[in-house]
Amino acid sequence: MKALVYIGLKPGVLDPQGRAIARSLNDLGFDEVNNAFQGKVIELDLSSEDKTEAKAQVEKMCEKLLANTVIESYRIELRD
Amino acid sequence: MQTAVIVFPASNCDRDAAMALEKVTGKAPKMIWHRDSEIPSDVDFVCIPGGFSYGDYLRSGAMASCSPIVADLVEKANKGLAVAGFCNGFQILTETGLLPGALMRNKNLKFVCRPERLVVNNANTRYTSQYEAKSIVTYPVAHHDGSYFADDAVLNKLEKEGRIVFRYADNPNGSLRDIAGIVNEAGNVFGMMPHPERAVDELHGGTDGLGLFKSIIESI
Repeated sequence: MKALVYIGLKPGVLDPQGRAIARSLNDLGFDEVNNAFQGKVIELDLSSEDKTEAKAQVEKMCEKLLANTVIESYRIELRD
Repeated sequence: MQTAVIVFPASNCDRDAAMALEKVTGKAPKMIWHRDSEIPSDVDFVCIPGGFSYGDYLRSGAMASCSPIVADLVEKANKGLAVAGFCNGFQILTETGLLPGALMRNKNLKFVCRPERLVVNNANTRYTSQYEAKSIVTYPVAHHDGSYFADDAVLNKLEKEGRIVFRYADNPNGSLRDIAGIVNEAGNVFGMMPHPERAVDELHGGTDGLGLFKSIIESI
């Protein structure tokens, strides 16, 4: 089973990189871009068989290492 | 009095820290490798040096905060061991939760590397007792991820409890409330982005950092 972990800054936390990306897109003529937010995706290859259990484990991984919950939030997606 | 410096892969200020500590204590610090599991019991003060531990993978300081030696450090710091982290050391201390908040990408996205003027906001700590309150000192800064962030409740608490030890005179990185260095509630764990260990010799361009090391030694 695979887990995709999406990590991004919480709303209200300054994201200067996202802002620079939006500005560059505007400079390229993509005027419809109001804002950009930069995050990261971590793909985990898991030996787990039970989805509920896998999700609980990945949540623990996020809390312990993958995300810094002072500034970041995360979302987990499981795939077979 | 015995001091120690923790060495991670890609620490790059470990020898600067060792030199500063030897200069002030007259005795070489113990250099502790990150795979070691225990801080020797005779150590009174631990320095977490600057650098790019584990290549800054994931987040600055994140991997180091999970290393075997840091688990023991956290346990001993919670029992009162004096610990200071400079630059990457500060990032590691926030990642362990020993200090609140987080260090984020500089607001202007640039790596800043220059001497920076700091205001000693609280001279009544074991890290600043040798300085006059509100005096200005100059330490070098050299970082990309130094923008201090914490929510308003944490910032207000730090402010109220006098735990903002240093503020930038000219904020170089977007740190909230100009925060350059803070201590924990008990006062034994201290972190700052600037480098006092790189301001202890005339050849460094100044010796303002000596006061910080002398303060620590005095307090032990």
